[in-house]
Amino acid sequence: MADKHIDDLSGVETTGHEWDGIRELNNPMPRWWVYTFYATILWAIVYCILYPAWPLVTGATRGVLGFSSRAELAADINAARAAQGAVLEKISNTSLGDILADPQLSQFATAGGAAAFRVNCTPCHGTGASGGQGYPNLNDDEWLWGGDIDAIYQTVAHGVRDSVDPETRVSEMPAFSEILKPEEVNQVAAYVVSLTGTPRQPGLVEAGKQVFADNCAACHGEKAEGKRDMGAPNLADAIWLKVQSEAEVANQIRSPKHGVMPAWAGRLGDTTVKQLAVYIHSLGGGE
Amino acid sequence: MNLYTAPGVGPDESSVERIDVKPVHSPGKPREPLYEKRKKIFPKRAEGQFRRFKWLVMLITLGIYYLTPWIRWDRGPFAPDQAVLVDLAGRRFYFFFIEIWPQEFFFVAGLLVMAGFGLFLLTSAVGRAWCGYTCPQTVWVDLFLAVEGFVEGDRNARIKLDAAPWSFNKIWKRVAKHAIWIAIAIATGGAWIFYFADAPSLAFDFVTGQAAPVAYSTVAILTGTTYVLGGLMREQVCIYMCPWPRIQAAMLDENSLVVTYNDWRGEPRSRHAKKAAAAGQPVGDCVDCNACVAVCPMGIDIRDGQQLACITCALCIDACDGVMDKIGKPRGLIAYATLNEYEANMALATNGGTTAIEPARVRKPDGWFIDAVRHFNWRIIFRARTMFYFGVWAAVGLGLVYALLSRDRLEINVLHDRNPQFVLESDGSIRNGYTIRLLNMIPEPRTILVSMDGLPEATMKITGVTDVPGRLFAVQVEPDKALALKVFVTLPKGTPSTGADDFRFIAEDRSSHEKDAHKAVFNTPEAKTGDRR
Repeated sequence: MADKHIDDLSGVETTGHEWDGIRELNNPMPRWWVYTFYATILWAIVYCILYPAWPLVTGATRGVLGFSSRAELAADINAARAAQGAVLEKISNTSLGDILADPQLSQFATAGGAAAFRVNCTPCHGTGASGGQGYPNLNDDEWLWGGDIDAIYQTVAHGVRDSVDPETRVSEMPAFSEILKPEEVNQVAAYVVSLTGTPRQPGLVEAGKQVFADNCAACHGEKAEGKRDMGAPNLADAIWLKVQSEAEVANQIRSPKHGVMPAWAGRLGDTTVKQLAVYIHSLGGGE
Repeated sequence: MNLYTAPGVGPDESSVERIDVKPVHSPGKPREPLYEKRKKIFPKRAEGQFRRFKWLVMLITLGIYYLTPWIRWDRGPFAPDQAVLVDLAGRRFYFFFIEIWPQEFFFVAGLLVMAGFGLFLLTSAVGRAWCGYTCPQTVWVDLFLAVEGFVEGDRNARIKLDAAPWSFNKIWKRVAKHAIWIAIAIATGGAWIFYFADAPSLAFDFVTGQAAPVAYSTVAILTGTTYVLGGLMREQVCIYMCPWPRIQAAMLDENSLVVTYNDWRGEPRSRHAKKAAAAGQPVGDCVDCNACVAVCPMGIDIRDGQQLACITCALCIDACDGVMDKIGKPRGLIAYATLNEYEANMALATNGGTTAIEPARVRKPDGWFIDAVRHFNWRIIFRARTMFYFGVWAAVGLGLVYALLSRDRLEINVLHDRNPQFVLESDGSIRNGYTIRLLNMIPEPRTILVSMDGLPEATMKITGVTDVPGRLFAVQVEPDKALALKVFVTLPKGTPSTGADDFRFIAEDRSSHEKDAHKAVFNTPEAKTGDRR
């Protein structure tokens, strides 16, 4: 050690460190402070024994309490599930109409349905349920198979054109390329477009109307307003699921594309499907 | 074999090298200890004006702390009737006629800013008055010392008791003292929790063992800290743990009032003043009775000058004034004084620093002070610095009062759906979705009229309220609650649109007509609508 330096004023030894002529007094620490310091060391040792602490090559020491944040998360999830259990049970035992009438239940079901929707439905219908070409927008008021809560439930549970589910919704528009002459297809396409817009060849519309009445009205209705019991879309409204242009309308008439939606009841269970139905119903188009 | 050389043979001592070494372990030089035991302090009971003032402050501050949760304040049937209540679970803070929601927390932040500037103001004006009179540590230590004095006697009796061997007398006194301390500590910790729940029902639950575990653990922790900090650690908290003694060095200036030993009239101190005066030596007023040291709860000697450990409790002033009265000298040998006054008087007493202190320079022959001696002038408190602190403090306070008087008790917030932004309906109309939150911030149920301002062609539907489109709906909002509504606004086909049209949602109380509005945007697909196919 360097020579001891005693502070003139206080008579206390300094640490020997000097900053611009200012020296630090080397007063002894209070004893309780040292004991507190020892206590923290003891705490650290006890902590290392009780909890995961030391990193090893492929992990870490486990600690005698066996604590792990992953296990804690699992426990939290289980606790949350248990807390939801009673409400889920109630949803399972309540009819869809009664769920909608109960604000608490419908709120819970909407939130649960939204979560299930994110996981299962967004690949086709989009995160905002606004669909895309060939995939129905679930926000609007156009429903192929019906937009009341029971119809939505039926569609989600059993799907559309599902290959396995016997209760699935099935309809098939024939390929009219084999039934109608090519000019008749163009005529009826012009007519369908004329219902909500302006066809490229207005002269075809009158002939198309007759073709429609003879061939299409059986399923799509006299006024092309669609028939939900056979999933025939309304052709006289602003919403077009599969086509954007008159040429595409003609193509769809010649060789129709048919969307497929799997049946979800078997995969997700009845309670989740009910919640999905409530969620979809809440998006704004529900009837 | 002869082991010893005969004397006188060989080289003399000067040829032996003197090694420069010191013994590492030497009984004569004990090692400097790295830490030291707390030295016990036995403050003597002081009497005087500052002691009386401190009793009064203690009574008021402890009274406020213990009794506030029990004050009732009627807010009607839909809100708690406790005057001061921090409802963490319900996220509400009640203070008499004021109710604060979480988003109004800036009121609390503003009060904290005021507390900070208030502390600056107080410190620059009257020194560490906070430390000396109102700091909880000081107040509770004072209370605990009073208990100690009550059980064990005053300073001399306590020193004697501490030194005495363990006996029945010592044991029961110690047990009694610590028992009372712990009782006070429990009451202190117990009072804290009553600020966070309905006091009477929590008190009943607490005593009958039905209160929440957090209530018990909070009381246990605060009981422990009160007992340890107030009873056992006392001055150590101020010296080692509290940051304020360090900060105050920056807050004080030469015009701040601090407890000062006026050595310009006290020195040279003497226990035998009369004898020394008779011998013609200069004598100061200080009779070196050490009364100021004996009463100090911090265990310091104020005659060493202003120091970190001094909390300016002013008990030494009381002690010294008592002695001055007794020996017939003017009070104020230890007094509140500013550095400016002190230095001016010091310059008088030492003839501008050229001589040692000569009491005769500041005194008339009759013993009183010459007119040139400066005394404290209250006007010094009103100086630019304190005025600035007061100005900031008052500005924040006025701002809070204004915010309080002009704040809304009915609010509407609007969140536009982002995904999708708009929906094309089958009849060609465009629909936008909004989540509206109505905040009823008074403890009464209200009927709120929700309407649209702008977009004259549009209509709205509110889920759960109506299926029939309209532009004005009445909604019931529960007392002191927020209500979220899902609103769909529909713009008929063919309405001209810029793609993003502004309008407003308006909420209005049906009876009081209190009103709030929130801007909203209605999105349409713009040009896409026309050439959709």
